[in-house]
Amino acid sequence: MPQPWLQARHLDYAYATGPLAVRDVSLTAAQGSMTALIGSNGSGKSTVIRMLAGLLKPLAGSILLGELPFEDWQPRLRARQVAYVPQSTATAFPFRVLDLVLSGRAPYTPALRFENARDAEKAMEALEAAGAAHLADRPFTSLSGGERQMVILARALAQEPRLLLLDEPSSSLDLKHRANLIRTLTRLRESRHLSVIMTTHDLQLTSGFDHILALRRGEAAAAGTPDEVLRDKVLSDIYGDPNVRAHRMGNQTLVWVDV
Amino acid sequence: MTGQPEPIALPLTAPVAARVFRALAILTLVLAASVAVGLAVGSQRIHPSSLFADSVSRTLFFRLRLPRVLMGLVIGASLAATGAALQALFRNPLADPYTLGVSGGGALGASIAIALGWSARVAGIPLVFIASFAGAMLAVTLVRTIARTGAMMLPGALLLSGVVVNLITAAGVLTIQYLTDPTSALRILRWLIGSLDVVGLEPVGRMLLILGPAWLVLLAFSKQLNLLAIDEDTAATLGVNVRRTETIVYALCALIVGVTVSAGGAIGFVGLVVPHAVRLMFGEDLRIVLPGSLLLGAAFLILADALARTAMPSGELPVGAITGLLGGPVFLWLLRRRQQYSTM
Repeated sequence: MPQPWLQARHLDYAYATGPLAVRDVSLTAAQGSMTALIGSNGSGKSTVIRMLAGLLKPLAGSILLGELPFEDWQPRLRARQVAYVPQSTATAFPFRVLDLVLSGRAPYTPALRFENARDAEKAMEALEAAGAAHLADRPFTSLSGGERQMVILARALAQEPRLLLLDEPSSSLDLKHRANLIRTLTRLRESRHLSVIMTTHDLQLTSGFDHILALRRGEAAAAGTPDEVLRDKVLSDIYGDPNVRAHRMGNQTLVWVDV
Repeated sequence: MTGQPEPIALPLTAPVAARVFRALAILTLVLAASVAVGLAVGSQRIHPSSLFADSVSRTLFFRLRLPRVLMGLVIGASLAATGAALQALFRNPLADPYTLGVSGGGALGASIAIALGWSARVAGIPLVFIASFAGAMLAVTLVRTIARTGAMMLPGALLLSGVVVNLITAAGVLTIQYLTDPTSALRILRWLIGSLDVVGLEPVGRMLLILGPAWLVLLAFSKQLNLLAIDEDTAATLGVNVRRTETIVYALCALIVGVTVSAGGAIGFVGLVVPHAVRLMFGEDLRIVLPGSLLLGAAFLILADALARTAMPSGELPVGAITGLLGGPVFLWLLRRRQQYSTM
């Protein structure tokens, strides 16, 4: 097992004056590993991933990126290591898709300089990797939710990160695009040793992941390989519903709820 | 396609620098043509050759017409560029110094200063500039605080609070006019209507001393503003210091609007129409829209003023009336289009 590249320890977070939304959550991600964060709505998944992306400052705990504590990284240099795909991006302006993807090259562009032809190539490659090359010249605002998500994924890939954080990337994707997303991530893991941390409700997608961390009311409720976590009893406990069923079929696990 | 006009064609992967250069070259030509029109048009025809022969034409040209065109250039550029910056910061195509009440705040500040004494100075800077800047800063801070809840910027709350700030400041200006002596009241009224009427080049030079550096700093932020216009979280994860950028750009906008309002009154909708026109022509990239708005805004106000000077056989219309008549309908059209998009 290689040395974990990201180590988050004992993270706490609370919104404004509310109670702790995340309590004592720890998480590591090695090079080329895929980690899924699961849990019911409001369990703190998004809060954890937003802390890892630097959008929320943990109330307590520490995050180590490579050799350095998270907050010691220069933001621009950190942006070359960690990319973030939000749940949805609603831009008010009809940016052209390729320009939007090109913005992922910003951390590599010196101040007062523009992206060059090489950056445009990288942006095109990223669009191809995300299976969205055909959208390059469209206005972003004219795309469907699923198409937008693939474009935002391409923007994150254009950052050439070591670690990709995805917040519910599959929620607006159809079956084909979900499969495509997981294939893309798996391929990048092989070719670039990309590490992935992803929150999701789509448990079936997590069968091929290395590690699953389940949250319940802001605390770690279960952790382990998909084989260990995707079980009737564990899932019933996480989701607070005794009728959750998991069934192994080949190398995938089907999960459903008896109604 | 969604009825989106095609940006002027360049290859799909044309480098950003080439697109910026091309757009700015075209808009510089537009500005040069507008300056020529602005200098040529007026109640008196001034033939170029008479500038050498006739001292009356020379005075008319250099003391009145040239300063007026330059005033249009400076104020138009300022309003349009702040419009573009505010739209990016608020991620709202309807934002503009006028619609957000920033101009109104500036106008109230300036009115107070005029009532206290037009020519007072603090450390060499006219008190009117300072008061107007303070008013504009107060307005933009207020609107921003009301519109922002947590990480979300509410577009409805933004525009409504802009409307309310405008109403409050208008009432404040009226009160001051009522309370002050008749001479000051008349001065405020005349200035409020919005006019580019100046005598001599000194007032323009004084403005440029503050505005020139402010424009440059604003332009230096166009990369960050471009990322912020896409999405705030995205910008933050791409290495933009969001809070710092916001604070600096808000202050710059208040400064620029404050200075222009104190000199030319609250001229509306330039900051709305111009950035939108630049977008339609050259796409959404703020690194084009921001400098492009500076150039096209200057051209737009020079032409609007030329129209104001010649629309009536005798006398002239206030330039604010022209920009309002042109800009109001564009605002309504944008509002309608936005509802159809329903991206928020």
